[in-house]
Amino acid sequence: MRQNTPQGMSVIVKTVTRLTVRLIFLFGVYVILHGHLTPGGGFAGGVMLALAAVHVMLAYGRDTAMKELSFSGAQIFEGIGALAFLVIGLSGLAAGVFFKNYLAPGTPFEFLSGGTIIISNMAIGLKVMGGLFAIFVAMTFFQGGGTDDKK
Amino acid sequence: MRHGIITLFLALPLAAAFLLAAVGGAKRRFAEIVGVSSPLALLALAVYVFFVRGSEPLVYSFSGWPAPLGVVWVLDGLSMLMLLAANFVAAAVAVYSVGYMKSYTAPAKYYALFNLMVGAMNALALSGDIFNIYVFLEIASVAAYALAAFGLGRDELEASFKYVILGSTASAFILMGVAIIYSATGSLNLADIAAVLAARTADSSGGAIRLAALLMTSGFALKAGLVPFHAWLPDVHSSAPSPVSAMLSGMLIKVAGLYAMARIFFFIAPVARIMPNILVFLGVLSMIVGVLLALGQWDFKRLLAYHSVSQVGYIALGLGLGTPLGIAAGLYHLINHAVFKSLMFLNAGAVEYSAGTRDLKSAGGLAARMPVTGATSLTASLAIAGVPPLNGFWSKFMIIIAAFQAGRYFAGAAAAIVSVLTLASFLKVQKYVFWGKTKENLSSVKEVPLSMTLPMAALAVACVLLGIFYPVVRDTLIQPAAMVLVRALEYSAGAIK
Amino acid sequence: MINYFLVFVLFGVGLYGVLVKKNIVKKILGLAIFTYAVNLFFVLIGYKAGGAAPIFAVGSEANFVDPLPQAIVLTAIVIDLAILALAVAIALRIYEKHGTFDITEIRNLKG
Repeated sequence: MRQNTPQGMSVIVKTVTRLTVRLIFLFGVYVILHGHLTPGGGFAGGVMLALAAVHVMLAYGRDTAMKELSFSGAQIFEGIGALAFLVIGLSGLAAGVFFKNYLAPGTPFEFLSGGTIIISNMAIGLKVMGGLFAIFVAMTFFQGGGTDDKK
Repeated sequence: MRHGIITLFLALPLAAAFLLAAVGGAKRRFAEIVGVSSPLALLALAVYVFFVRGSEPLVYSFSGWPAPLGVVWVLDGLSMLMLLAANFVAAAVAVYSVGYMKSYTAPAKYYALFNLMVGAMNALALSGDIFNIYVFLEIASVAAYALAAFGLGRDELEASFKYVILGSTASAFILMGVAIIYSATGSLNLADIAAVLAARTADSSGGAIRLAALLMTSGFALKAGLVPFHAWLPDVHSSAPSPVSAMLSGMLIKVAGLYAMARIFFFIAPVARIMPNILVFLGVLSMIVGVLLALGQWDFKRLLAYHSVSQVGYIALGLGLGTPLGIAAGLYHLINHAVFKSLMFLNAGAVEYSAGTRDLKSAGGLAARMPVTGATSLTASLAIAGVPPLNGFWSKFMIIIAAFQAGRYFAGAAAAIVSVLTLASFLKVQKYVFWGKTKENLSSVKEVPLSMTLPMAALAVACVLLGIFYPVVRDTLIQPAAMVLVRALEYSAGAIK
Repeated sequence: MINYFLVFVLFGVGLYGVLVKKNIVKKILGLAIFTYAVNLFFVLIGYKAGGAAPIFAVGSEANFVDPLPQAIVLTAIVIDLAILALAVAIALRIYEKHGTFDITEIRNLKG
């Protein structure tokens, strides 16, 4: 992420982005991991993770940002997140009922509580991050004529 | 665990869809194997479940929370019928897609969306929870919107945009209805809602439920393509790729529209009496308007789409009669129409694939060049027009008899006349596309590959078998499904004296 | 009661946008507005004056607002997001093909 590329917004925005983007990402991870204890969860946290990536893209311009981030990577994240969520459901089926919460519930308000919910939140977070970022990138493809890669 | 097998109806296609979405740029061969094997496995699963299920409805609670707290799936005769029909059509269309979608790029995305739609339809047929029905309706619709635009041509995009706007408007109306029902009953579980409302006196919450019914009926009628909510249907079904049209016209409009409507409203006491009348009115209107609009069409797929409007009217009429015979006839026509209308769209796709045209006037004499397409198309045309002993004859005959028995003479007469007009319309198709001398520029046309002829042949055989073995089909499949709705009507009618 | 009335006004505004406006983007905005109205209506149903957030803490009184509509609305919002993204993607493709957002200029199909 070089500072002086001609693309993107002003140097102020780029500097602030450089400082805050990791914090945004970290906060997203926090929201996902504490989804069973506090408001938020997989979807809200996943949106924050995607926004961190979108933030970089807005500040530095698409071409610079896409050197660091990739569209197919987002697609793979999305697919893996969705498959992981399905696997959680199916493992519940193996334990008795579809989406059965078979892990020990733990003490309420402890970090490790709520059984499979924390894993589900991680899977959803991954899926939402990949999905939202992929949507955003796909929209930017339309700039300047767009690419007609699909029939 | 043993009952848990029905969750595979959702889990299997979703797994295929997510896998294909993750490897977006995968090889065509891989996408085809994953994308086609999942509907085939689902068909096998549906047949297996049909044989092993007990006589009692199976209620499956997710994550072990009992109803009405948890989300439940209900496998009764009606769900079983929808599952068998949906997965049979889906399997045939998936195999057909292997050949047809060769000219399109991004096969992984196509099969991912296709599996998503199939899974959502299966789950919709199994849901016993009103919000669950809304969610799967939306998933199926989103996949359908994207599939309708898959070709990315001018017409596809315009039709799909129309579909998105109208479909989402309908969905918002449905969600509004769900909200009102929830506020009036405090429950989302269908059986629980029915019990709560049946225990009340007639007018304590009748107004709210009627408002909800009004909103939701317009929503579902739009999804079903009933007149006057049919404006999107001919555009979408004629511009989408042919396998997609077959799936939309064959199954989606019925599962997402009529099935959901009957499943919800036949159980709810304050509206169970007026709902049949609404269905009869919309059904007769759709039957007549649809066939009259179809008569003037010269675009093969557009003509089929208008006939879908007309035939969905038959189903709505049958269900709306409310008598045991009428409901059985409506459900029988539902699976019959699923089979022959998807077959007709696959035929239209085969003609477009080989001869490169959808215009009836510029085709001609194709039966000699494309024997399988010609023969299956003739079967489907005769079936849809109601020629004995094919399946369409029995269901239309039953609908007409049931209408006269119920004292709805106008509806019965209209059904008979529309049937004649349908025959005329499809004789026109046969005459212009398949019969007569082959045109000069079409003399090099070849039959479509095996992956496309095989599903068409399977569907045509199903048309014949469903007709010949009508008594067996009626007793094993239709009657149990019809009894679910008949009992529901009796239950909710008995609740209000 | 005024809340419910305002929700229906919002619903009407959105429906007006979808049905009357000629511009595709405005139609999409109308769609967004009235799905928000429906979501708002759903949340209002579960609202209880003076109710606490539905997080169960040890020793807290059970005077919660109904949590089910909130969970449902979250699901509905995610669905709306998917539809909105799809509609915008289709609108962008239409703009690529036709060079306009005006629905009257791109009408090929008879409907």
